[in-house]
Amino acid sequence: MLDLAARTETPKTAEEVAQVVAEAGAAGSRLEVVGGGTKRGIGAMQGADAVLSLAGLSKMIDYAPEELVLTAQPGVKLATLEKLVAAQGQMLPFEPPHLAKLLGARGHPTLGGALTANLSGPRRIRCGAARDHFLGLQAVTGRGELVRAGGRVVKNVTGYDLCKLMAGSWGTLAVLTEVTIKVLPAARTELTLLLFGLDDRRAGEAMTAALNAPAEVSGAAHLPAATASRPPLRGELAVTALRLEGFEASVTSRADQLVTLLKRFGRVELLDAGHSDEFWRQVREVEAFHHGLERLWRISVPPAEGWRVGEQLPGVTLYDWGGGLVWLQSDADPAQVRGLARALGGHATLYRGEGVAFEPLSGPLAALSARVKAAFDPLGVLNSGRLGQG
Amino acid sequence: MKMPLPDAALVARKAEIVRALKRLVPGEGVIGDPAGLIPFRSDGLSAYRQTPLAVVLPETTAQVSAVLAWCQANGVKVVPRGAGTSLSGGALPLQDGIVLGMAKFNRILDVDHANRCAVVQPGVTNLAITAAVEADGFYYAPDPSSQIACTIGGNVAENSGGVHCLKYGLTTNNLLGCEIVLMSGEVVRLGGKGFDAAGYDLLGVVTGSEGLLGVVTEVTVRLLTKPQAARAILLGFASVEAAGATVGDVIAAGVIPAGMEMMDRPAIVAAEAFVGAGYPMDAEALLIVELDGPEAECAELSAHVAELARARGATTIRTSQSEAERLAFWAGRKAAFPAVGRISPDYYCMDGTIPRRQLPHVLSAIGQMGLEYGLGVANVFHAGDGNLHPLILYDADKPGQLEAAEAFGADILKLCVAVGGVLTGEHGVGVEKRDLMGEMFSDTDLACQQRVKCAFDPELLLNPGKVFPRLHRCAELGRVHVHRGATAFPELPRF
Repeated sequence: MLDLAARTETPKTAEEVAQVVAEAGAAGSRLEVVGGGTKRGIGAMQGADAVLSLAGLSKMIDYAPEELVLTAQPGVKLATLEKLVAAQGQMLPFEPPHLAKLLGARGHPTLGGALTANLSGPRRIRCGAARDHFLGLQAVTGRGELVRAGGRVVKNVTGYDLCKLMAGSWGTLAVLTEVTIKVLPAARTELTLLLFGLDDRRAGEAMTAALNAPAEVSGAAHLPAATASRPPLRGELAVTALRLEGFEASVTSRADQLVTLLKRFGRVELLDAGHSDEFWRQVREVEAFHHGLERLWRISVPPAEGWRVGEQLPGVTLYDWGGGLVWLQSDADPAQVRGLARALGGHATLYRGEGVAFEPLSGPLAALSARVKAAFDPLGVLNSGRLGQG
Repeated sequence: MKMPLPDAALVARKAEIVRALKRLVPGEGVIGDPAGLIPFRSDGLSAYRQTPLAVVLPETTAQVSAVLAWCQANGVKVVPRGAGTSLSGGALPLQDGIVLGMAKFNRILDVDHANRCAVVQPGVTNLAITAAVEADGFYYAPDPSSQIACTIGGNVAENSGGVHCLKYGLTTNNLLGCEIVLMSGEVVRLGGKGFDAAGYDLLGVVTGSEGLLGVVTEVTVRLLTKPQAARAILLGFASVEAAGATVGDVIAAGVIPAGMEMMDRPAIVAAEAFVGAGYPMDAEALLIVELDGPEAECAELSAHVAELARARGATTIRTSQSEAERLAFWAGRKAAFPAVGRISPDYYCMDGTIPRRQLPHVLSAIGQMGLEYGLGVANVFHAGDGNLHPLILYDADKPGQLEAAEAFGADILKLCVAVGGVLTGEHGVGVEKRDLMGEMFSDTDLACQQRVKCAFDPELLLNPGKVFPRLHRCAELGRVHVHRGATAFPELPRF
């Protein structure tokens, strides 16, 4: 996938990044911005003149566990960061998926990549997304200007929240050169409740019942039988899973309540902390879909509508976020997939396979988004075309 | 604080503007008479007052769209307003502009239990959302102190916080979608009921944009399930340092309380005199730590927090034994602002955030500044997230005191930035902190933010004079300057 013909720039400082971008702008060149490069296949850029790699910006800058904030350069590897915060009894609350294997990529995903793609794991439903923990930044805009926004404290409303704009921008607005994120204490323990053999609709009802109880569920996923039968699970029945995290007494108490509540959906089994951790890693990394030639879609819809994806489209599905995130492996016509996602009040992104990756926008929203792109990158230097038109 | 000089030509067109707006919003929807405009002259930052040309109170998105499109075509500035409770002057009118009041957008459109969200109009008050869903076991988490009056539309504009932010986030973390109308009159939907939306996170940048990017006409908020139990612990300390250290210990123990509030001695004394909450009068600093969740969790963690406080030499440790007692602990804190209002003719509330470890240093520096300015100060503090609310005591009837209070406030905020913090944690920049933006941001940083403004409102007609110390014409900002380091933009006149 790596375009070997393209020149690679690997600046070591923010100022050098600014210089590379400014020079590209002056020369009318287009840059492909890359962290670990693991997500390059999603909306792959065509015809970039050079690659701007952030591998040279991979230092930790400041980590103050007692302030719940961490500042780092964007090229720092997620794995490195996860170890660092775990050593202090903390976690990245948004539980970013790595997805390298899912995408058949070599290399290591980075913090900057997780933030610009706004990637969030199963804990999204309880703790929020990457964007919710992105507190501050230094970045180089497409104009080659080094700017700061946000701050290094957990509560701040000074100026526009440009961190939110960068989260999910896939590198099309600015090149991050330093980021500050919020971290939280890691849960002392976790426990997962399992239900078996539910169809998608019934599983959706079970997840809704659990999420609507005061049980602080921090993971709600459903693997239909066709998905659960694949490796690594290799089960015989559909599996519906609900995760509880926190202090021991609290987890035990909430588990007791949920077991009672969920009785009407069948027998409830428990996964202990170690197995629970492993199960949710498999869900987060979508391991059931690591192989296969059909297109792989990531579909985001209102949670209670999720089951309709499996009902109305051919293929296999995996539901996370209580039904709000549907992974679909399917050879259905892309227009049909996008049409259904839109009809359900959501959108679809193509993660693997031939076709347009990102949901095309239309009307005033498309025009406004194009003006926002032009505000940061009027010459189209950064990852232009990656998000489709605009 | 200087506002832009009114455009005399526009002011002279007042009668014509009112007539045109009445055609767009019939009935009682347009106020132009001087007496009718009086209630709209200021917001919660009442030291500033200006009379707008007119107030328009639309009832439909189509009317909002028509009003904004007409104003854009006629070069009329627009100041959006919810309940007018902003503490930073976000809804301060312009003499040559209209106020667009959203109070009539007061309906809850949809409560969706299965998706744990509610779709509401922007004029619905913050507390009314919780009131509408609590019977079903839900609530809306952000709880600014003004929640009985402030509207959700204003909360979106200001990214409002509250005492439960550390655990549950600000407004921005509790929204799923909204409908906004651009100054052009175009209606744009951002987000929906799902957890993310296609394209850029424009909802994220509109939230907290202080009414400069678009007018919110509908909001979809996340609903949370109500915790099973809540327990508060009242802790008194002989020093601010000991209280601050306890806050750090609680977080280091892996506990994220639902709320963790600190008050210094002047605030304790004022609150106790006002509501008689039973606060310890021998304490230099008071902490209220609230834990919520299952009963078992509240019991375990409240005992743990009490232990940590004891180890730091707490002089008072009381855990609420009933809901009434929990509310009594909070009564003093929640009444802290009016309580201070009783001991001083006027007070000026600041809103910086600092890294928590800087608290003893910052409080002692504030005390010293108070001596130098000859003004008293009481401090309340969202201790968990480092958001400081110094209340500067002054008397507006005494010549020079308002100016001294403002200068004192500015010095406090500069100090917050100098120790690694920010100008505003939850109240917004507005007009109040506009001229301090340079303390945190370079001209390049501000130009970058203003280009976002230009993408939404290229004529700069929506709430101008707020947030940015200088407004550059969008055409100037749009030019591409490839060279770096040089001054990219000519200095435009300051207003």
